[in-house]
Amino acid sequence: MGNIVLSIKDVNKTFGGLHALGDINLDIEEGKTHAIIGPNGAGKSTLLNVCIGRLEPDSGTVEFEGKNMIGLKPYEINHAGMVRVFQTPEIFPDLNVLENVMIPALAKQEGVFRFNAFTSLAGRRDIEEQARHVLEDLGLGGQIHDHAGSMSRGDKRRLELAMGLVQHPRLLLLDEPTAGMSRHDTNRTIDLLKKIKERGMTKIIIEHDMHVVFSLADRISVLAQGRIIAQGTPDEIRGNPKVQEAYLGGAEL
Amino acid sequence: MSKRSLLKNDWVVMALFTVAVLSMPIWLAPIGAAYPDLLQKFAIFGIFAIGYNILFGLTGYLSFGHAVFLGVGSYTAVWSFKLLTMNVLPAVLFAMVVGGLFAVVIGYLSLRRSGIYFSILTLAFAQMSYNMAYSVLTPITNGETGLQLTKTDPRMIDAMFVAPGEGLPSTNLFGMSMSGYSGFYFCAVLLIIGFFISLRIFRSPFGLKLLAIKSNQNRMLYTGFNTKPYLLTAFVISGVYAGLAGALMAVTDPLAGAERMQWTASGEVVLMTILGGVGTLIGPLLGVGIIKYFENIFSALNTNTLHQTFSFLPDWLEDIVVAISSHFVGDGWHLTLGVLFMVIVIFLPGGVMEGFQRIAALARRLSRPQQEKAIQTSEQE
Repeated sequence: MGNIVLSIKDVNKTFGGLHALGDINLDIEEGKTHAIIGPNGAGKSTLLNVCIGRLEPDSGTVEFEGKNMIGLKPYEINHAGMVRVFQTPEIFPDLNVLENVMIPALAKQEGVFRFNAFTSLAGRRDIEEQARHVLEDLGLGGQIHDHAGSMSRGDKRRLELAMGLVQHPRLLLLDEPTAGMSRHDTNRTIDLLKKIKERGMTKIIIEHDMHVVFSLADRISVLAQGRIIAQGTPDEIRGNPKVQEAYLGGAEL
Repeated sequence: MSKRSLLKNDWVVMALFTVAVLSMPIWLAPIGAAYPDLLQKFAIFGIFAIGYNILFGLTGYLSFGHAVFLGVGSYTAVWSFKLLTMNVLPAVLFAMVVGGLFAVVIGYLSLRRSGIYFSILTLAFAQMSYNMAYSVLTPITNGETGLQLTKTDPRMIDAMFVAPGEGLPSTNLFGMSMSGYSGFYFCAVLLIIGFFISLRIFRSPFGLKLLAIKSNQNRMLYTGFNTKPYLLTAFVISGVYAGLAGALMAVTDPLAGAERMQWTASGEVVLMTILGGVGTLIGPLLGVGIIKYFENIFSALNTNTLHQTFSFLPDWLEDIVVAISSHFVGDGWHLTLGVLFMVIVIFLPGGVMEGFQRIAALARRLSRPQQEKAIQTSEQE
């Protein structure tokens, strides 16, 4: 087994009487794409929110490269190297496409705060180059001066992916990266994510679309009612009767 | 295209701006606005609005208490005149420092909230300061009378060099009197410096980050930026500008009263910024120009001047027109301003600057078909 990048141990989280997460144990290996699947309400997004510091678990630990992540601020988690791409595109709608990607590139270089009111933005060629490069990679090179808020939903999601990739995260968390996309855009995103995988970036993907999951994942964890009911390679999961029971009510995957 | 890239050059913009400001006594003369008192107001409120726009225009945080820093700047400047010297430089510097310190405290507390709650907090702090200036702080502010110069003031630095003369001394810059046009040019130079700093901020990575906070603050946090220090820095910068503006009010007229801190004064800078165009470089200055011009020109009109203006009409019509329009001049100039403000906000939410942009877009659309035709014909050849 390779290096463990993210290690989740005995995590519990309840909302009122609802047991959203129960005794979650999960290790994410370096360079691998780990998919988390499960029916609606299984706790996938809650788990992701715990990883990213949006929610604090009732008990358990989340360690990223040996460092405790619980209680850290979102920007601290970002600088630790964990970057999340949201389910509903979270972009800067009032800025243009290029500026949207320059902001995270600046964050990577500057840290949580830097007062640089008297340097010229136009003079930061390095930042602009990084942003352009990523945008061209994702096929957005032709729209860098477009107003981000008026792009199509699919383009917004690709833009957000660019915002994540420009930071070269150690771990990228993708929350349903293809939800609401056309088949064409979905396939395009899969190709893109495969390309990123070749560069050795570790990823966690939450996804409903089994086509996406089985094209990308090295390992799959199945969540149902807040518990991990199965873990393994795509082939192992495909043949697991427990998964078929929970996920599809017994139908063939 | 070349015209636009020329305007993107900071030095070209600054050169144009400098010429425009320094020649104000010339080009404002035809509309009757070229007298020192009003010119000084243009420059002083220009500084105030430019600073305010750095907070409101870039971060979107609507402060309703910026007059505090104006008042604090005035008091500080007058105290500098009373205790140290009538030279305006120390007064201006102290006012900026004290304005900034007040902004650190008020900003730190108010920025714990956003949106309307932030606005209410700043308003509460401003009204608190205003009431304190009238009550418990009377030893510092001289209450309702306002803080004024007296013959018995120590003026320690001045006393070392010259014997006190008869009557009250006047403010000066190394001997140059700060009344009339020299006062205006002093304010104008500071306005140009202030505009230059604002231009640099707008075109810096810092400025872009402030705009990103305005656009989606939550995303900024997940992108790896701590937004609090950014907001506080913008707040303090705008507080320093306001302190400077307050000091210049005292420079041109050395007294300070608490009414300068009242909420109407805070509201005025909001109006100016919105009227001209929030978040644009020049917009707030246009807003200042319009409001101060109306305040000084329309409020000076009376029924007699109206009768003269409309004397070409038949008598009965003249009486009706004067009867109606007299409500909009003199003490009623606020009514004119209110109507103008409503019209602009309803039809041009981006202020006067949006009006200019629309005209420019229209002009481009009208000229483009001809260009395209020209290109097509040249291609056919």
